[in-house]
Amino acid sequence: MSAPGGSTGHPSGDKRFKMLDAALRRQQYQSDALLEILHAAQELFGFLSDDVLTYVGRSLKLPLSRVYGVATFYNLFTLKPKGAHTCTVCMGTACYVKGAGDLLAGLESAHGVKAGQTTADDQLSVVVARCVGACGVAPAVVFDLELAGQQTRASVLERVKGWRASP
Amino acid sequence: MNGEELQEIVEREGARQAALRHRVGVCAAAGCLSLGSEQVKAALVRGVEEAHLGAEVEVFGTGCLGLCEAGTLVQVESRQPDGHVCRCLYERVDAARAATVVRQHLVGGTPLAEGQLQLTDPFFALQHKVVLQGSGVSDPERLESCLAAGAYQALQKVLTELRPADVIAELTASGLRGRGGGGYPAGLKWSTVHKASGPRKIVICNADEGDPGAFMDRSVLEGDPHRVLEGMAIAGYAVGAEQGYVYVRGEYPLAISRLKTALKQAERLQLLGHRIFETGFNFRIDLRIGAGAFVCGEETALIASVEGRRGTPRPRPPYPAVSGLWGLPTLINNVETFANVPEVIRGGGQAFAAVGTERSKGTKVFALAGKISRTGLIEVPMGTPLRQIIFDIGGGIPGGKAFKAAQTGGPSGGCIPAQHLDLPVDYESLVQVGSFMGSGGLIIMDETSCMVDVAAYFMEFCRDESCGKCVPCRAGTVQMHALLQKLTRFEGSEADLAQLEELAELLKATSLCGLGQGAPNPVVSTLRYFRDEYLAHVRERRCPAGVCKGAAPPVLAAAGAGVAP
Repeated sequence: MSAPGGSTGHPSGDKRFKMLDAALRRQQYQSDALLEILHAAQELFGFLSDDVLTYVGRSLKLPLSRVYGVATFYNLFTLKPKGAHTCTVCMGTACYVKGAGDLLAGLESAHGVKAGQTTADDQLSVVVARCVGACGVAPAVVFDLELAGQQTRASVLERVKGWRASP
Repeated sequence: MNGEELQEIVEREGARQAALRHRVGVCAAAGCLSLGSEQVKAALVRGVEEAHLGAEVEVFGTGCLGLCEAGTLVQVESRQPDGHVCRCLYERVDAARAATVVRQHLVGGTPLAEGQLQLTDPFFALQHKVVLQGSGVSDPERLESCLAAGAYQALQKVLTELRPADVIAELTASGLRGRGGGGYPAGLKWSTVHKASGPRKIVICNADEGDPGAFMDRSVLEGDPHRVLEGMAIAGYAVGAEQGYVYVRGEYPLAISRLKTALKQAERLQLLGHRIFETGFNFRIDLRIGAGAFVCGEETALIASVEGRRGTPRPRPPYPAVSGLWGLPTLINNVETFANVPEVIRGGGQAFAAVGTERSKGTKVFALAGKISRTGLIEVPMGTPLRQIIFDIGGGIPGGKAFKAAQTGGPSGGCIPAQHLDLPVDYESLVQVGSFMGSGGLIIMDETSCMVDVAAYFMEFCRDESCGKCVPCRAGTVQMHALLQKLTRFEGSEADLAQLEELAELLKATSLCGLGQGAPNPVVSTLRYFRDEYLAHVRERRCPAGVCKGAAPPVLAAAGAGVAP
């Protein structure tokens, strides 16, 4: 039998599972570290597939129902793959009263997606955030990981245009 | 690390700083970062190197300098030949202007004539900084710099001179109340946990700043993380805990990274960990990172989340002070509360209580945002009138528009109309006018904001963020949101208004936690002060602010119509 949890790795041989194992070891396979492990898994894989959720559940000796329940409860975890780029429009109150809805509407109509969706070419995911805490420079948009303040409809579209043009 | 070693570091760092001709602080908080402060800092560093000024000029990233609207902010502290330090604050600095600052100010010695903010301006002059003291003074990523600014000296005093009961007495005397919104007296909470019996005790810092429009805690964590860690360690000593957790929002990557750095630094110098200051006191702090659930700001939901479960609240009592994390007595305070603690110890409870109103002591940090000229982060004494905050400090409403409402308390708060502008802001007065202190988000709305639309916005937020555990909140927020949408589509009737009020009562009285109990507040307060606007939507089928268009777009998409030109 294997030592605690899934330290024998994943049958697919995918190296990312080895890195996930390292994260599990750091947390000493404690089941209360489930959120930390899911964060680590999502960073490695981009999203939480059924396979990954099962692997995490086995490693932490938690029923899959619990892992799935937690993964679907929190907004930051995603069970579907995202596009190559993500444009996150902040919908906090300050951004909202300063026209974040207009930024989002611009993105939605220009790229034919709704918030929470990804374009057909898998290049762009449009996401809505509750509040990114950049209210002083509202409206704020996060392009991949980069936060940009004082955005306009035109500046957002300009920035995103490059992403879809590139192969 | 003992007291002498700490003093040595402080003196060494002080001497190093005194030998510099200029200290150049570039705001490295989220607001300025998003406007490109990293490039500005790089340009300054490059300019200083090219001018061979490395030995006399220090360029460093600082915590929030306050006036986000005028970012990137750069602060230059120049030591005059007579030892006097003169301080300049440059606004809207970009890489090109940074080069000019180097040439004229750092090399030439003459501050730039234009693009400087006047530090005598009410925005700065009317503030009173306690929690934000270190922001702008120290480099949050360099422990020595924070130590020179006084970090961990209160902890040293506590561990070497005071008994736990003395610390609690001091805190009680200070009158400090929880800054997360509820305003529960901190001294009372600490003493309850101190008296509770359990094999171990836990201290949790609630850094799940979920209210949209609030970024105070984020700024404190990014600008002065050691202050929060020090406050937690003092709490640990006072209540008898050896383990602390900071539960921080996953949406705040910069705050998380600065906290991680700060924890490592403090552990390395044994300011946290085993035998702190060579006493018998051990205190370890771990980070727990949230994953985007507003309800986790509620203390019992937060505890569930730290335990690795779905963040759903549970009925109280038992309160966490008696049975919290894993059933252990747990002290939970938010970031700003802990950040006040070192000051209470340093200056004493009496001195702390000298600022503020009769029942609300000390200062409060507010995040000014929305339709206001100077958006940013401010700290004012409790009891400062709203009018002063909005018009003197905040510079009023831009574009010659009329003030309509100030929203406090996030989705559980309310909208305060113009007739209450002279209200001194403290816990009680805000509740009196139907709002709530909340964590300190202050969002200003002008005549182009529709209050029905705003109520619908907050209800949509609560509907989405309801955890679903109790029926009144799960079903009630859906029903209330549907009614509000009916109004914004001009399809509502006066019976719908009556129904909204009835549901508001129900949610308030029967929901399990603060999310559901507070969810009706924006509706109730807007109905109370802006009933005319509701009635215009119902009777005249029009929106006085011109936001609601009558079609049936989802609320979020309809927001665009409300943008000021």
